Amino acid sequence: MTTASLPTVSGAPLATGAVAKLRWALADAWTVTRRNLIAYTRIPEALFFSTIQPVMFVLLFRFVFGGSIGHFTAAEGIPYPDYLMAGIFVQTMAFGSVSTSVGLAEDLQKGIIERFRALPMARSAVLAGRTTADLIRNVLVALIITGVGFAVGFRITTGVPEFLGGVALTLLFAYALSWGFAVIGLSASNSETAQVMAFPLLFPLTFASSAFVPVNTMPGWLQGFANHQPVSIVINAARSLMAGPKAAHLAGSTTTSLVIQAVIWCLVLLAVLAPLAVWRYRSRT
Amino acid sequence: MTDAIEVVDLEKTFKGAVRALDGVSFTVEEGTVFGLLGPNGAGKTTVVRILTTILRADAGTARVLGHDVEAEPELVRTLIGLAGQYAAVDENLTGRENLTMVGRLNHLPKTVVASRGVELLEQFQLTDAADRPLKTYSGGMRRRLDLAAALLARPSVLFLDEPTTGLDPQSRNDLWAVIEGLVDGGTTVLLTTQYLEEADRLASRLVVVDQGRVIAEGTPAQLKADLGSTVLDITLADPGTAARTAEELSGDGVLLASIGAKAPTLVGTILELPVDNGPAAAIEILRRLDQVGITPSGFTLREPSLDDVFLSLTGHKAEAANGQSAELPVPGGRGRRRGGSTTESREAR
Repeated sequence: MTTASLPTVSGAPLATGAVAKLRWALADAWTVTRRNLIAYTRIPEALFFSTIQPVMFVLLFRFVFGGSIGHFTAAEGIPYPDYLMAGIFVQTMAFGSVSTSVGLAEDLQKGIIERFRALPMARSAVLAGRTTADLIRNVLVALIITGVGFAVGFRITTGVPEFLGGVALTLLFAYALSWGFAVIGLSASNSETAQVMAFPLLFPLTFASSAFVPVNTMPGWLQGFANHQPVSIVINAARSLMAGPKAAHLAGSTTTSLVIQAVIWCLVLLAVLAPLAVWRYRSRT
Repeated sequence: MTDAIEVVDLEKTFKGAVRALDGVSFTVEEGTVFGLLGPNGAGKTTVVRILTTILRADAGTARVLGHDVEAEPELVRTLIGLAGQYAAVDENLTGRENLTMVGRLNHLPKTVVASRGVELLEQFQLTDAADRPLKTYSGGMRRRLDLAAALLARPSVLFLDEPTTGLDPQSRNDLWAVIEGLVDGGTTVLLTTQYLEEADRLASRLVVVDQGRVIAEGTPAQLKADLGSTVLDITLADPGTAARTAEELSGDGVLLASIGAKAPTLVGTILELPVDNGPAAAIEILRRLDQVGITPSGFTLREPSLDDVFLSLTGHKAEAANGQSAELPVPGGRGRRRGGSTTESREAR
């Protein structure tokens, strides 16, 4: 180590005015997003194995359970691969948003967030950068799922814009969930706990839903929950966009109504979970 | 000269009623290295976290270059750099990417970030490893990168929280040289350490902190002077003999008073005795040992270290938390205080 190049003191620039602050807040969020995305590329095996699971779900339901469940959906005029896709999308995205809680818990554990707190960066950047990176990661996962779906017989019966709308809706839902998992990640003592805490929440929500089987095949007491919980509503909306009005009819509604309900759910979740995450972030650190 | 750091009556109690700071005050002159010395759990990290705007104090004020950390945290953050006890660098990024990230988050222009990164990687001998992920870095390399990141925006005030804890002697010496270089460049450094040698070598002034309080303040030389000019180390064959020797010497207290010695301390099989006049005391002590038939295996006169200072101030060694040393019950001796807890570091996570 040489001490030849001595630093002269100057410090970092200071933002003055609301516009400059907002510009820097966005730049900071993007810097943290990039940092999180780079981390994903450095552990490609983690990304690979986390996408293996949804692919296996597609195969499992399409080829193992699909033969029997398919009768029910076919009777409603929806081929099982078309029925399955929306469910797989929402389930995969929802589980994908768990990475928000794991990432934040890890950053807390390693002291990175502490370092961030002493930098003149926007306070919002840590949470914004984390959730944005996980949204981008989910986009990649959506591409993979689409590819696998086509390989096992899924076809777009509505139109490409409707299909993309359905995907966008599931991404929005996952983004809202990310903020909820941020709360968990900021409350967990370590990243392992953050990961396992998500499971008992997501498992009933995604399986006691319309994701894989029509809800009317469930016992009556479960139907009430399964029909009205947000995961089902988002799935039904996405399914209607991807597989057409028959899917909306199966859910006892219309595509427009389902999409509106789903978007409202996403916005309400965001409106509740994001401030909660920000509050947790401030109080934890 | 202006004060780079001004801390007045800081108090902080953590959940579970852990009193981390109990009225800490000190000032740091601009362009100097200031040492915050104390054992684990003394409250050093809490002071640093308050000064770097990470944590709010319950009471008291803290100013950096005249700016209150609570009233103007955003401004303060543009003036400071922090390198922590746990190198807070990103495992998944390369060295260069880490520096780039910190540069961007400091809102420095892209060209400045790039050139400054190259310059610091060079200065900290990380150029060859610059584009490797941190997983391949050694502990010393991480610590150097952490320090480089803290220096990226050329901060006026640099906080180093136990910068060399856990480093090998070579890496420690390297870091010391860098820190000395920084001060020549005009940076003010606040350094926390539990290594007395480190504070002695780097700091021009220091405070000794124990259980959330400042228990001494001054230059390293002043603190040593408080103790007496010389320390006599008497090494005995075994702990039993050592204890007996201590008893023989302190006995009625007359012998020690006659040679101007302070209370002896037993560290393992070594008896440490601060005295005013080394050679004269040595003669008296050897005479007495000869009378009672004790032959020491080692007998040394040395300058007092900050370790001795800490012992005389707190009644326990800086490492007393590990139970490695014990104080002798001597007439008029100081009451032994509880060793530092490790609560602080747990709370800090």
